[in-house]
Amino acid sequence: MDRVILHSDLNNFYASVECLYRPEIRDKPVAVGGDQEARHGIILAKNYLAKATGIQTGEVIWQAKRKCPALVIVPPNYPLYMRYSHLARDIYADYTDQIEPFGLDEAWLDVTGSCPLFGTGTHIADEIRERIKAEMGVTASVGVSYNKIFAKLGSDLKKPDATTVITPENYKHVVWPLPAGDLLYVGRSTNKKLASCGIIGIGDIAKASPAYLRLRLGKWGEVLWSFANGYDSSPVARAGEESVIKSIGNSITTPRDLETEEDVRMILYILSESVAARLRDHGFKCRTVHIHIRDKDLFTFGAQGKLAQPSAISSEIAEKALAIFQANYTWEKPIRSIGVRGGDLVTAASNIQISLFDDENRRIKQENLEVTLDSLRSRFGHHSVQRAILLQDNDLMSINPKDDHVIHPIAYFKEGRLP
Amino acid sequence: MNTITYENPNKIYVTVKAIFFPEGLLRPISLIWEDGREYMIDKVLDIRRAASLKAGGTGLRYTCRIANKETYLFFEEGRWFMERK
Repeated sequence: MDRVILHSDLNNFYASVECLYRPEIRDKPVAVGGDQEARHGIILAKNYLAKATGIQTGEVIWQAKRKCPALVIVPPNYPLYMRYSHLARDIYADYTDQIEPFGLDEAWLDVTGSCPLFGTGTHIADEIRERIKAEMGVTASVGVSYNKIFAKLGSDLKKPDATTVITPENYKHVVWPLPAGDLLYVGRSTNKKLASCGIIGIGDIAKASPAYLRLRLGKWGEVLWSFANGYDSSPVARAGEESVIKSIGNSITTPRDLETEEDVRMILYILSESVAARLRDHGFKCRTVHIHIRDKDLFTFGAQGKLAQPSAISSEIAEKALAIFQANYTWEKPIRSIGVRGGDLVTAASNIQISLFDDENRRIKQENLEVTLDSLRSRFGHHSVQRAILLQDNDLMSINPKDDHVIHPIAYFKEGRLP
Repeated sequence: MNTITYENPNKIYVTVKAIFFPEGLLRPISLIWEDGREYMIDKVLDIRRAASLKAGGTGLRYTCRIANKETYLFFEEGRWFMERK
């Protein structure tokens, strides 16, 4: 039997919530923008009036203002968006326990087992839309299909406040004429590769031979081929099922460009402290450290290295991150943003191989010290204890990456597994 | 992170006297309007989750009968508000 899968997408989520709470701007072009002072000055979301002027998400605010001088920019209110996201999930939970969130504003629902109770997938989709409108004051687009990929495509087709159904009978007419880039996981570079071999639409991917796609794109080629043909069989995760954490990371766009290694060292320490604290919160240690650098021309690269011992000690993570940085960055340009991530996680309680050459007692002391710091900070605030290295720069030391950002997107493929 | 507050002339936060029943039910008894007058809530006709487009917000919406008129009273995040007519 075919599954019945819905993908619900709250339209222009941040902007819609802001427009609900600020009736005076509802008839104006509105964008939610990051903090300009702290230089996160990009467009995070926009309403339809702003979209009509050609403004794109991710664009810097001054560029957007040039396209649309009347643009109203409001700051993001994440706690409110979180509350809204939960309200939507409460509605979904009336229909199924298989809810898989994809960011704050999207979710897949598997309602196969609920259809005898509530009616067809289309009926449930319409009911969910009505309830979101009445109970939350925003709108949603819902895609209904027999797999997750087509359900997601469906929710993108008609906006706002619409239901789109993609069936085994109509998918060739509905899905295949769409550009390849609409398919989940076809990004800019995959799109370019596909275009270079004459594959423009999703139908072209479906009709190409999987062996050929594998040759051009590697393992992803076959995955995309199965997506395009509707063969995706990945399940919708159950609500409450803890997503498996693969890595813990933090990144930041700094209040000013970083010019020297001292600047970078400082930021790496700030980020590593937050990563280490979050590792400890979750009871993990990491075995690899990844760094991510973006220079002021938005060129991005990443590199990683292995730790000698699994660790949740901030100084070990920071020193490793710095070593990777020194080995890889040539300082052609100042740095705009930087990220540290601990990967290859093991549970903190698991046995470790003790090193003959390191002083293990010192490491245990260090660990205890950091746990003490965690409790000091939770009682007296994040800035109650600081590393001396951070006292060199007031702009940079005010950053608190652990608590300032609470939104961590959830990966589509859990545990790096392909469908 | 700083909390953002919204100023909206059509969203009127009011003082409400209410009873919390041991079963968890919450029933508003009277409200004090911005002019300081207290109005008795004669009957609660309906309770449901609903958004207020006029006032900008969402919460539990109590449809109340006050002096023979039906009016909405919203309970949102621990505060009560009404829509300006």
